[in-house]
This record gives sequence, structure tokens and C-alpha cells, in this order.
Amino acid sequence: MDAGRENTRKKKQPAAGPSPLGAGSPGPAIAPSILPARATMGAGAPVPAAVVPSPAPRTSARAGQAGTVGDIAASLSNYRELARNPPNFSYKVDQKGLSEKVVREISQSKGEPDWMLAKRLLSLRIFKTKPMPTWGPDLSGLNLEDIVHYVRPEGHSTRSWDEVPDYIHKTFERLGVPQAERSFLAGVSAQYDSEVLYHNIQKELENQGVIFMGMDQAVKECPEMVKPYFMTRCVPPGDNKFSSLHGAVWSGGSFVYVPKGVVVERPLQIYFIMNYPNYGQFEHTLIIADEGSQVQYIEGCTAPHYSGASLHSAVVEIFAKKNSRVRYTSVQNWSKNVYNLNTKRAIVDANATMEWVGGTLGSGTTMLYPGSVLVGEGARADHLNIALAGEGQVKDTGAKITCRAPNTHGNVISKSISRAGGIARYRGFVRVDPGCHGCSVHVRCDGLILDGKSGSDTVPRMEVEENDAKVGHEAVVGRISAEQLTYLRSRGICEEEATRLIVAGFIEPVIKELPLEYAVEINRLIEMEMEGL
Amino acid sequence: MPKTAPTGSLRIQGLEVAIQGKKIIHEIDLTIPAGEIHAVMGPNGSGKSTLCYALAGDPQYQVKGRAVLDGEDILAMKIEERSRHGLFLAFQHPVSVPGVNVFNYLRTIYNTARKPQAPLSVAEFGKVAGAEVARLGVDPAFLSRYLNDGFSGGEKKRMEVLQMALLEPKYVLLDELDSGLDVDAIERVFDSLRRLQNERRFAVLAITHYARILKYLKPDRVHVLHKGKIIASGGPELAARIEKEGYEKITGEKADEGR
Repeated sequence: MDAGRENTRKKKQPAAGPSPLGAGSPGPAIAPSILPARATMGAGAPVPAAVVPSPAPRTSARAGQAGTVGDIAASLSNYRELARNPPNFSYKVDQKGLSEKVVREISQSKGEPDWMLAKRLLSLRIFKTKPMPTWGPDLSGLNLEDIVHYVRPEGHSTRSWDEVPDYIHKTFERLGVPQAERSFLAGVSAQYDSEVLYHNIQKELENQGVIFMGMDQAVKECPEMVKPYFMTRCVPPGDNKFSSLHGAVWSGGSFVYVPKGVVVERPLQIYFIMNYPNYGQFEHTLIIADEGSQVQYIEGCTAPHYSGASLHSAVVEIFAKKNSRVRYTSVQNWSKNVYNLNTKRAIVDANATMEWVGGTLGSGTTMLYPGSVLVGEGARADHLNIALAGEGQVKDTGAKITCRAPNTHGNVISKSISRAGGIARYRGFVRVDPGCHGCSVHVRCDGLILDGKSGSDTVPRMEVEENDAKVGHEAVVGRISAEQLTYLRSRGICEEEATRLIVAGFIEPVIKELPLEYAVEINRLIEMEMEGL
Repeated sequence: MPKTAPTGSLRIQGLEVAIQGKKIIHEIDLTIPAGEIHAVMGPNGSGKSTLCYALAGDPQYQVKGRAVLDGEDILAMKIEERSRHGLFLAFQHPVSVPGVNVFNYLRTIYNTARKPQAPLSVAEFGKVAGAEVARLGVDPAFLSRYLNDGFSGGEKKRMEVLQMALLEPKYVLLDELDSGLDVDAIERVFDSLRRLQNERRFAVLAITHYARILKYLKPDRVHVLHKGKIIASGGPELAARIEKEGYEKITGEKADEGR
């Protein structure tokens, strides 16, 4: 791909207008069928800017610069030591607004190299100039003037049980979350004790040459591996307002490198390295799957994660090299006071497969559109997503797929459930570049609305610049069918139980792709939501 | 053969049924003693299916009159309560419920019907379901599919019989069990049904358009429904007469055939 050409291409102005499809999408190969049964909010809002990477080195294999297994083993043992005795990152902030001083303090307190400080400062400058996005959900409750409040690390164990909302307590009990885990998830304790399991898994990984460590530490210990990939051509700071904010103040998250040809059998779970301070608020995840490797990464948890901070803005960058296979699974259940505004993207090389599996259960307002940029011939992306929008929740989620090489394929299945006044919206973007023959992208989104107060709609946008591309969008928004209810009830089960069965069946195509414990818990959570606790 | 003759009855008295204000059934009286097989025949549009769904409790119908099942009027009951009282409706067009695993579904309805007995675990129910599946000659792969999703006509009807076998109803309503099936499929479905009925001795109210299915399921009584009223009742010979002469002679006018 020609980075220069990409950079000079003007972004297409998103089509506004009554049709939720990008009006005037070139190319005859669009086969839309949109059946919105009910739309509570205006459709036609544009999707955020297309993926336009900044000028950056080409996709030459940087992974060759990876350290030896010995180096990695050494850094892992350092890491474990650090994880046990986390450094104190607290710093004082004495002014309002996010200033260069604050950003320098963050960088300094982490003992970061200069290039990272420079990246932070560049991000800050971009952040200052970018307006708040207005094309999506209402963000007026988010006061970025007071951003320092959001940025300040929460410290380790500053909250008491009394501060944790009652509904979180109840949910913990109902889910049977162990006490140690509850304390961690509620922010009462900063430690999640998974030392034994962690140890065994790290050993396995070490033997395979896999690196799996905290992002802060990776910046210091393997900069040669991190620097070329960290917010460069996948999610550059200027991608959007929140990615620039993230670039300035990011903290925590994880770094994964899987060497050529290595198949990591066990999914990597962030749980294992969660005992790092300030997890989750602005965490940065960078996954590099080298040629022919396979890895699954699982982030988040189904138990409600109580956070005092009301803004979370993570960035996930994934590089799936030639012939590799990466599955990224995330389940998010932040407490409902949280704005969850993330940027997640993968660059997928020739014949590689990227799979995104996601469940968004919690938070108040969510904006999340995992993206796959298919840059090598034969690359493929599968996106599976469930969004649950309950009382006071706006789920603005979707997928972005860009075909930049011939014979690349994308498939999106998005399921949403709205109830008790919640709004679930699918917002998607599909692009096929000129000259990319033999591409296909299919998007299917199903919305299930459980009552008259709630809403669901879809806002797809497509730019197809190749005549033989097959791009389709199917959307069905509906209610529980009376016919199905009658059938199930005629077998002796009550209406509530019948509804639960239908809802569980509705999300089954996504649930079955989740690890079992997540699948079971999501089903239970949805049941609880529907019972209103 | 039954060890003891079943007792009780489903007594329908002065039943009127309307849908969206339009009256379909006019004051039907019909008694089905426990263990008997009754066929309700009639031309298209005579109200046969409506009778079935109204008895089963489909909420879209408005009903008047009484339907007394073993001494209790079921017409005021919710559809699920009627099921728990021993009524079962085999749907003409069973709806598919995508994503709902057949095994889990069957376990749910089985355990609900067993209440207040303790629910069976997955392993325990596995044995129960496995036995029924084997007895009915159903492909065990059925259990891991989604409920009626992508099922052929014959598979859907066998799924109905499988549910019937597990719920052990006392009164079974069959709405055109033969519809949409080829001859082979009809034989297979009715064969399982007949064996089940021989063993369990549940009563059957079989709705059918064609007399030919009654050779698979011998009725004790046959009723002819026309324009929402029962206009003739008799033994199996009545069905034979309809097969030979059509409905016209009995209804005294041209039946509206050919839908």
C-alpha cells in the first residue's frame, strides 16, 4: 500500500440525509435491505472519519528486531517483580485543564523515554485543536475542561465498600463473584490475586518466546518493539478527539508479541496482569502477531466494574501479519456513570484473519467501532458484537472495515437488545478502495427491542469504489414475536421465561463464540437485567 | 393397553370464539372423554384451527362459554397454565426460535412441567431425552439443533411429538398434523404418535381436512364442523362417508374448497 497516496487522499464527506445508507456511494454493488421497524433518533448521522493512517513506515517486518528469548525471560521476571510491588505512580496536579505540565508529570512519574514524552506532547497539541465529535451520542455531560479530574490516577485502595453503589453489590452477589475479585472490581482493592495461575501461564509463554506484559513496562523494556507500532499507523493520535486525549495521558494496558509461527493455545487474559495500578481508564493495548502466528486475547470481565472516574478512553492496536490469526475478545461492564469512548483497530496483512468478539453491557454512553484495515491480499475480518442497552444507556457501537487490497473479505454480525429506555445503535463503515478486486463485506445487524420506551436503529455508511465488490447490509429491528411467545408458553413456561429463552437465542450466534465462563455470565447478566434485579 | 382406563373429560359447552371482533365459532358443545380419539373434520374456513388455538389459549382469540378439563374451566387460564393442566397443542406450523438449543429447551419445559418436583440435571435429563428420542426414532442430532430452525416439515412435526412425549399431556390437540408432509413423513409421524397414544392413553382432538389420515389414527368419534358449528357427529363411518362423498352432501351446500 502506498502510504503517501493514502495520506493525500481527501476523506470523503459523510453523506447526510434521510437515508441511513451513505447516499451517493459509488459502485453498483451495494445490496442494501434496511428494515428499521422503529427508529427513535434521527438516522443519517455520519460515521467518524474513515481510517486514514498517518505517514508511517511501510509494513516491513519490525518484529525481526525482537529481543532474544533470554532477554524476554529477563524482562518477564522483572515484570513479575514489578507486578508484585507496583511503583507508586501518584502525582500531584495543581491546575485545571490538561496542560503540558501535567502530561510531562505523567511521563516523568513513569520514567518514560523521550520518544514517549514527545508522543504524549504531540497528542496533547492535537487534542487541544480537535473539536468534540458531534455526530454521535450526546457527550455534553462530559466536561473536558475538568479533564485533570479524569486523568488523576485513582490510587490503589482509596475507596471503601460504602462508596460502591448498591446495585453493584447486588450484582456481585447474584453472580457469585468471589470476595477478592469483588474488592478489585469495585476499586476497593488494587490487587487481583491470580499469582499462581499467572505464574504457570507465563512459563508456558516464555518457552514459546511470547511477550505478554504491562504496556508501561514494555515502553521501557522493549522500546525497539513498541516504538514503531505505538500510535503510529494503526491508531495515530490524530485519529479522533479521544485517541489524542489517550495519547497524551494513556496509562496501563498490555503489550503482546507472538513470534513467527507460534500458536498460543491458551487465550491471553488481561486478568493475569490486572494487578497494575490505574487499570482500565486510559489503557493501551498493543498486539503484534507475527507471520503465521495465532493468538487469542481476552479483555475485561462480565462482573460489573465499578469506576469512580466517569471517562474511559482506551486504545487497542493490533497488527496481524501475513498468515496470522488473531482473535480479540472484550467484554465490558463498567458501571453506568461511565462514558466509554474507545478506539480499537487492526491492520490485517495478506491471508491473515482478524476476529473481533465483543460484548458491551455496562457504561452510560458507549462509542465503540472496532476497525479492520485489510491491507494484504486475502486478508479477512470477522466482527461479532452484542450490545445491551438498558435504563439510561446509549450504545453507539459498530464496525469499520476497509478493503485496501484485492480479495479481502469482511463479515459483521451485530446484535443489540434495548430495554427500559435504552438506545442501541449500530454505526458502521465499509470501504473498498479502487483497484481492489474480488472483495466482499457483509454486515448484518439485528436489534431486539423489549418495550415501548426503548429504541434501536442502524447508521451504516459505505464507500465502494470497485465495481466487482460485493457489499451488503442487512438490518432487522424488531420486537419479540407474539407467535414465538405463544408457542413457548403453550409448553407450560411463563411469559418471562419464554422471553428469556428468545433473547438468549437471539444473542446465541455471538455468545457461542465467547469462552464458556463469559457466555454463562453474560446470559445470567441479561436475565438479571431483564428482571430489573 | 392401559392398566386402568383413564377417567375425566374435556367438556366444551357453548363455546364461542372470535378474532378481532369477528365470530368464528358459534356455540359448540363437545365432550371428549379421557383416552378417546375424536376427529374434527370440515372444509377450509370452517373454524377447525380456531377451535384448536382457542382451546389451547392463544391470547389473540376472544372466547365465551366453558371448556371444563377434568372438572376445571380452563378458558380463564393463561396458555401456560392450560399446558400445566395437561393440555397439549401440536401446532400446524411450529414457529422456529433461532438460537434456542433443542436440548436445553426440552429440559426447561420438562422441568417446568415436573414442578414441584426437583428439576433434572443436564445428565439426568440427557437420559430421559435420549430414551424418548430413541423410542420415537428421531435423529439424536435433533437435540443439538436450534428449535425448529431450518427443520423440514416432517422434522417439525416429529419435534411436536417429542415434546408431547416429554410433557405427558392428558389431552392432545392436533392441528392438521399431516399438513405439509409427504406420504412417508406422514406415516413416520403418525406411527410415533399412535405408539405413544397406545401407551399413554391420552385423549386426542385431531383437526383434519382429509379423512385419509384417519387410517393412521383410528377415531372413536368424528365431528363435522361447518361455518363454526358442529353439524354432524358419528363414528368412524362418518369419516368414511366424507372421504367417499365429500363434505357437500353433509353440509348441504357447496363447501368452499380449493384454497
